[in-house]
Amino acid sequence: MNADNLPAKPSSPSRIFEARDVVLSFGQTPALQGAGLTVEDGEILAIMGPSGSGKTTLLHCLAGILTPDSGEIHFAGRRLDTMSETERSVLRRDRFGFVFQFGQLVPELTAEENIALPLLLGGTRRTAALKAAGEWFERLGLDGLQQRRSGELSGGQAQRVALARGLVARPEVLFADEPTGSLDSLTGEHVMDLLVAAAREQGTTVIVVTHEPRVAAYTDREVIVRDGKVSSYSVDRVGS
Amino acid sequence: MSVPLTLLGLLEREPSHGYDLKRDYDAVFGRGKPLPSGQVYATLGRLARDGKVVVGEAEAGAGPDRKRYVITEQGATEFEAWLTEPVEAEPHLQTVLFAKVVLALMLGRDAARYLDTQRAAHLRRMRELMEIKRAGGMVDALLADHGLFHLESDLRWIDLTAARLDALAEAVRS
Repeated sequence: MNADNLPAKPSSPSRIFEARDVVLSFGQTPALQGAGLTVEDGEILAIMGPSGSGKTTLLHCLAGILTPDSGEIHFAGRRLDTMSETERSVLRRDRFGFVFQFGQLVPELTAEENIALPLLLGGTRRTAALKAAGEWFERLGLDGLQQRRSGELSGGQAQRVALARGLVARPEVLFADEPTGSLDSLTGEHVMDLLVAAAREQGTTVIVVTHEPRVAAYTDREVIVRDGKVSSYSVDRVGS
Repeated sequence: MSVPLTLLGLLEREPSHGYDLKRDYDAVFGRGKPLPSGQVYATLGRLARDGKVVVGEAEAGAGPDRKRYVITEQGATEFEAWLTEPVEAEPHLQTVLFAKVVLALMLGRDAARYLDTQRAAHLRRMRELMEIKRAGGMVDALLADHGLFHLESDLRWIDLTAARLDALAEAVRS
């Protein structure tokens, strides 16, 4: 089944993700122990929590990279956790984008080719893919770096290339795992400014794993993962 | 640090003499700045006047030290509201955060939940400051950054404290 056959993107505002009672262990080590979460379409959500709490595992389950031992994950009205690996692979390619802590650019490719990669893998012709990639250079302040390889880029430049790669195919959801973790404060802020502005403009839902409050402050809402469970607190009233 | 509310918290633990309250306050919250005895009794006098504590019968050997103070329902309600409510997220409130966590642990309350709601309050304020940065000029951004860094520093303390709550509870109750 092709991901294109999935139900159409629901109209906003609506629930794009719902995870219920998700359990996942690595061998004898429990990572998620009944995690539940809902994400609204177009929302920018931070997943926070201590190291080893299960926040990256939860992100990988939502993104269809890991399959839970039990529980349910619904994406756009469909069970994601019971899809075949092929179906999830198509979903990840066509409807999701990813940004990781260290960019993880393909070192043999130029910056331009790295950004175009999701389009090329999705079957877009090379000329059209490179044209779409090219539009991101000015937008992200990367003009003149089109032909550089990842080893010739600074950390901030490489992360902006990674961000463009995550968004070039206009995904419905962008998953970001510590997207500023390897950058200094100022460069990290620049990347987050660009990420949020681009996601809002495209209407992309963003789920960002971070331990940095400053990154979480860019989002609409945060949830805390602790011991494999999710908790969220909202504050309606603050006293003195 | 709110001295009246902290004293109410110590009285919520058990009825006490002014002398005991001063000793416990100095040991846990004073940190090298003992509370003057006059302030302890003046505070207790105001709390009694406002109906938040009552004074038990004077014991043999009369004098202020011989009076036992008991928290009232009104005092307990006020203390409870203060303890569970996150404070306005602003720099330099570490002493209030500290007092609330220690008192919650001392009284067997849910300190983890308090820290979670405080984290949420801090993040909400950080979002407001980020909005000021986005909408304002460079000077506004500079001022907002100052606040943001202090709030981040509080949040690091909140996270570290949350991770150590079990050990802290043991230390506070021993």
